[in-house]
Amino acid sequence: MRLRTNGRLVAKNRPVHFTFNGKRMQGYAGDTLASALLANDQLLVGRSFKYHRPRGLVAAGAEEPNALVELGRGDRQEPNARVTQVELYDGLAARSQNHWPSLEFDVGVINAKLSRFLPAGFYYKTFTQPRAFWKHVYEPIIRRSAGLGSAPETGDDHTYEHFNVAVDVLVVGGGISGLAAALAAGRAGARVLLIEQTSGWGGRAVVDRPTIEGATAQDWVNATLGELHRMPNVDMRIRTQGAGVFDHGYALAHERLTDHAPKRGGPRQRLWRIRAGQIVTATGAIERPLSFAYNDVPGVLLAGALRDYVVNFGVAVGERTVVVTNNDDAYRTAIALVNAGLEVPAVIDARAAAKGELPDQARAMGIRVITGSAIRAVEGGKRVTGVSVCAQDGTGGQIEAIACDCVAMSGGWSPVVHLWSHCGGKLVWDDAQSLFRPDADRPPLGADGAGFVTAAGTANGHLFTAEAIADGFGAGRKAASASGHTRKPGQAPMGDDLAEAAIEPVWMMPAGAPYDLRSKMWLDYQNDVKVSDVQLAAQEGFQSVEHAKRYTTLGMATDQGKLSNINGLAILSNALGEAIPQVGTTTFRPPYTPLPLAAIAGVARDELFQPIRKTPVYDWHENNDADFEPVGHWRRPYAYLLGDETAHDAVKREVNNTRTNVGLLDASTLGKLIVKGPDAGKFLDMMYTNMMSNLAVGKCRYGLMCSENGFLSDDGVVARLDDDTWLCHTTTGGADRIHAHMEDWLQCEWWDWQVYVANVTEQFAQFAVVGPKARQLLQDIGGMKLAKDDLPFMQWAEGQIGGFDVRVFRISFSGELSYEIAVAAGQGAAFWDLLLKHGEPLNVMPYGTEALHVMRAEKGFIMIGDETDGTVIPQDLNLDWAISKKKDDFLGKRGQQRTHMQDPDRWKLVGLETLDGSVLADGAYAVEVGENANGQRNTQGRITSTYYSPTLDKGIAMGLVKRGPDRMGDVISFTKDGGGTVDARIVDPVFYDKDGEKQNV
Amino acid sequence: MSDPISALLGRETQGSVQVSDTGLRGMITLRGDLSYGKMKSICKDLTGAAMPGLREAQFKGENGLLWMSPDEVLILLPYADVADGLAKIAKAMKGQHHLAVNVSDARAVLQVQGPFAREVIAKLAPVDLHPDAFPPGQVLRTRLGQIAAALWMTDAQTFQIICFRSVADYAFDLLAASAAAGPVGHFPRGT
Amino acid sequence: MLILHCPHCDRMVDETDLHAGGEAHLKRYGPGSEAEVFENYLFMRANPKGVHFERWRHVYGCGKWFLAARNTATLEVYGTYAAQTTEPPQAIRDAISEKQPGWRWGTFQ
Repeated sequence: MRLRTNGRLVAKNRPVHFTFNGKRMQGYAGDTLASALLANDQLLVGRSFKYHRPRGLVAAGAEEPNALVELGRGDRQEPNARVTQVELYDGLAARSQNHWPSLEFDVGVINAKLSRFLPAGFYYKTFTQPRAFWKHVYEPIIRRSAGLGSAPETGDDHTYEHFNVAVDVLVVGGGISGLAAALAAGRAGARVLLIEQTSGWGGRAVVDRPTIEGATAQDWVNATLGELHRMPNVDMRIRTQGAGVFDHGYALAHERLTDHAPKRGGPRQRLWRIRAGQIVTATGAIERPLSFAYNDVPGVLLAGALRDYVVNFGVAVGERTVVVTNNDDAYRTAIALVNAGLEVPAVIDARAAAKGELPDQARAMGIRVITGSAIRAVEGGKRVTGVSVCAQDGTGGQIEAIACDCVAMSGGWSPVVHLWSHCGGKLVWDDAQSLFRPDADRPPLGADGAGFVTAAGTANGHLFTAEAIADGFGAGRKAASASGHTRKPGQAPMGDDLAEAAIEPVWMMPAGAPYDLRSKMWLDYQNDVKVSDVQLAAQEGFQSVEHAKRYTTLGMATDQGKLSNINGLAILSNALGEAIPQVGTTTFRPPYTPLPLAAIAGVARDELFQPIRKTPVYDWHENNDADFEPVGHWRRPYAYLLGDETAHDAVKREVNNTRTNVGLLDASTLGKLIVKGPDAGKFLDMMYTNMMSNLAVGKCRYGLMCSENGFLSDDGVVARLDDDTWLCHTTTGGADRIHAHMEDWLQCEWWDWQVYVANVTEQFAQFAVVGPKARQLLQDIGGMKLAKDDLPFMQWAEGQIGGFDVRVFRISFSGELSYEIAVAAGQGAAFWDLLLKHGEPLNVMPYGTEALHVMRAEKGFIMIGDETDGTVIPQDLNLDWAISKKKDDFLGKRGQQRTHMQDPDRWKLVGLETLDGSVLADGAYAVEVGENANGQRNTQGRITSTYYSPTLDKGIAMGLVKRGPDRMGDVISFTKDGGGTVDARIVDPVFYDKDGEKQNV
Repeated sequence: MSDPISALLGRETQGSVQVSDTGLRGMITLRGDLSYGKMKSICKDLTGAAMPGLREAQFKGENGLLWMSPDEVLILLPYADVADGLAKIAKAMKGQHHLAVNVSDARAVLQVQGPFAREVIAKLAPVDLHPDAFPPGQVLRTRLGQIAAALWMTDAQTFQIICFRSVADYAFDLLAASAAAGPVGHFPRGT
Repeated sequence: MLILHCPHCDRMVDETDLHAGGEAHLKRYGPGSEAEVFENYLFMRANPKGVHFERWRHVYGCGKWFLAARNTATLEVYGTYAAQTTEPPQAIRDAISEKQPGWRWGTFQ
């Protein structure tokens, strides 16, 4: 309900309309969805995962475990939005999740009746026995019940971006400690980024209103913000959550830009990728629930959260609130409620005495304080109707019953140590305050071996204003100094506190609660884990906290145990009879709260998902119905479809036309590396298996490159350009890889050799003009002499064709008369057009990569990546002719001398023809009699390339077969797609023009 | 022959930060001993600029020299002057181990200009682009999204960016999207 | 994320601009080497918890290889240096000794 008083963040003159499960509701500008729902008395917001128990709001911040809703629809649908972090806007439409058929009536509650099947470890126990239950009970009911929101089915129409920064000091948290840290670091001259996850500054201090520097906390916050805004070296961001801290000072922050204002333009969210010299984590603390029976009934909230709703939003959950606590801080809630005109029938304090200033104030206001007591159980189903009270140190005998419609609980505060811990910061147990806090002696270590994270304020275990603000200021000064900024920042701000009595650890209410109470005390609201589950886990031997977590699901899912962690491990440590620090915590992993995948992807989606590399004639391909295939990041035409042609028809036409007339191939993607220097020949002799130093200027030679292992890695034609310059062609995929390979050996092994390498792949458009009419086409255009004797096979020349400066290589990968012509990339499209224009009378047609593959296979040429897979040596491919016997050394030579590489039983390259003319399946294995040790059929070879050959009108293939070349004419069987085998004869891999007459005309 | 064309064919965007194709640019990769006297003087002859020191960009008008690595400079000069430039280098460096190649057609040169140009780049490159860390006069080789790029500033609001020709469209679209998304407000405007 | 100093560019570089090249200071063995020696060169790699020497290439930057001496357990970086050396320079060894007295890596200490 909305109060007449309070509500510092809401504008009561600016109503905002929204819907929840289709119901129209009204809130105010400044509300969160959580406060607006409470203002509309919508306490029930969801169902628990396992038992589908009704769940209400528990918290007011990022730690809220229950209130996850789905926002928007279609391209703006977002599941699992935490209502405490959703700022209200006009038109917001929220739906509750994890219930069926409705929030009010949910048949999943039946799971609660089946709870004997769902104890701790139910995933591991119940899903196995009895077997018959699997299909009809577990699968349909339990699986359905364990869901979160539904995944959006359409794309997201928002935009997202990243932003890279380097700062001296990153301060996470905009409460008074974080502000003080930023102030000190900013004054010291450091580059500071200060981030705060909510929409406002000041943290708890502006709610609880201590005195700072003699003024109200709000006044100090305002003055500090003013000073920080004037510092050009400080950037401040609200709605920005510190998501993770990583090695060497890298951090991620997630900024929500338009979530609260969906009509505003620009990106919705921004992921900050921060390199920080130092990080100050002033991330505050999270209040712990208390474990008493039925503490999950809607209307039971954290005391601090209830205070936030009253003070910040002017919203109350109930008229009569019982406060239950083990510390003084919760009295602030009692006082705030009474000040707001609400009833507090009692504060139930587990401690034997309550003597601090706050209990005294409460008593003075007429609030009844019952010490040494506990809540035995909460009454009510979908909301609280009362509590029964018992002695804390007993077994739960009821003393009295108190009618109420709300319970405010406080089990003390736990510092938010997540960011401190992400990168290895260790914790220490503070017995006096009953909390884990960062151990300043064991911080996360940076590249220099020194700590780079400093925890500050309440996040550092300083729960009181004076120490928190001083600690923050000190942390900021230290961080600035560690990043080289030592200007004096002045005095730390002074804060004032009321004297508080010590907390008493209370992990269970009452201390001697019997099983029926313990089995209704919720530790983890989101995952339905109770005190009894953790005790059972301990009893069953899950002694490590990490094991107990996974066995019980405590602290899993979106919530990651923000509320349940400490309570759960306290129960575990009690059950194990060990001290809390001995049991330790589970690992804190980034991100702090779930990050949307869209924010992680940033701009890298749709067209920008990944770069597409385009050749200079890409546009022509696109305009001429190229069927593209990806080759690395390149897009190369697979075939060009004419009219109604299928790709198969097109390939057949392209092959036939090239073999009969003339074809054009865009070969621009082939790698081109210039290797130059006095030692270039010597270097290339090491790189290639064959000799390159003796290649004559003007000539070309096909070369092979191997890894040190001896395995074939790349191939291509090398041309010697001048005395100390070679041009090495690589495969399309090999350009960057082979360039890097060469640089590696030059820089790291033979650094005294005088060789430079440059990758000029993209400087040139390169086209293959292929077929019996290729020469005629080029001569028709006119220019340099290209007759057989002017430019013999395996030579190159520079000149002009049609006025274009070109370098022409007389090489062939198809078996036809072929010229590969390189022209400056900027003239590539024009030259391609020229070839097409002059080729028209000759019936010129472009062909794609598939026709290229078919033609090379017809000629028995190998293809890197088809005939090779990283385990194949050149000798396996009968390429011994390309391996120099004269050289003492080349990369791979020693590797190829290993026993296994010399084995006569190695699978070697052969051609294969099916007896029935059919096309063999790609990758098919040749079967052999018998089975191997694993009971699998023995094999004796496999297919590496297989095509329908338009030239021969039948299937042709190449494959690696055991002792293949010695078995010419043998018939062996290959596996077939869909089962069975097909017989194929081992033949010579050169199917077409064996003597090479056509390419040499 | 026909006139050469740039990969981006003069594409440009409107808006407060503009992304544009700078058209054809002569570029020669020169590898060698950067401290070698004749190398310094031929670079100066071709561009009017001094040999850049570590991570420096030296310019004389449109012509300039970019430090690419300890043994490599990129010579920027008019597109039409490249062949002549290569010939001059070959002559000047005769007998001295070096490598000079024309890479004018292998690259695209884009410009990003406007009050938050710095932030447009910082959205895409994993580097410190604070004005103190990267002022005009320096060159940076890094990634832009998923591609390699070299960038330098010609003034406080103008970046020039070199990427490979094949990914020019990607680079342009990436920069255009980042510019269209508006400023971040992190760096002081106009720096 | 590792952020390493490129000694060639004299600036800090994110891991994403680098290419990792495995263990540094390997000695190459080619034809004529014994099987065991060759196997060692080709396959056997140190995988220490603690001080380690690695090869890195500034692939998105200057394209140069450099070597890094770092701690695989704490990710502390003792220093980076040019790849044109067969063993870590004295300054790097001193930096390691200062932090890890009595360290040993292969034949170095």
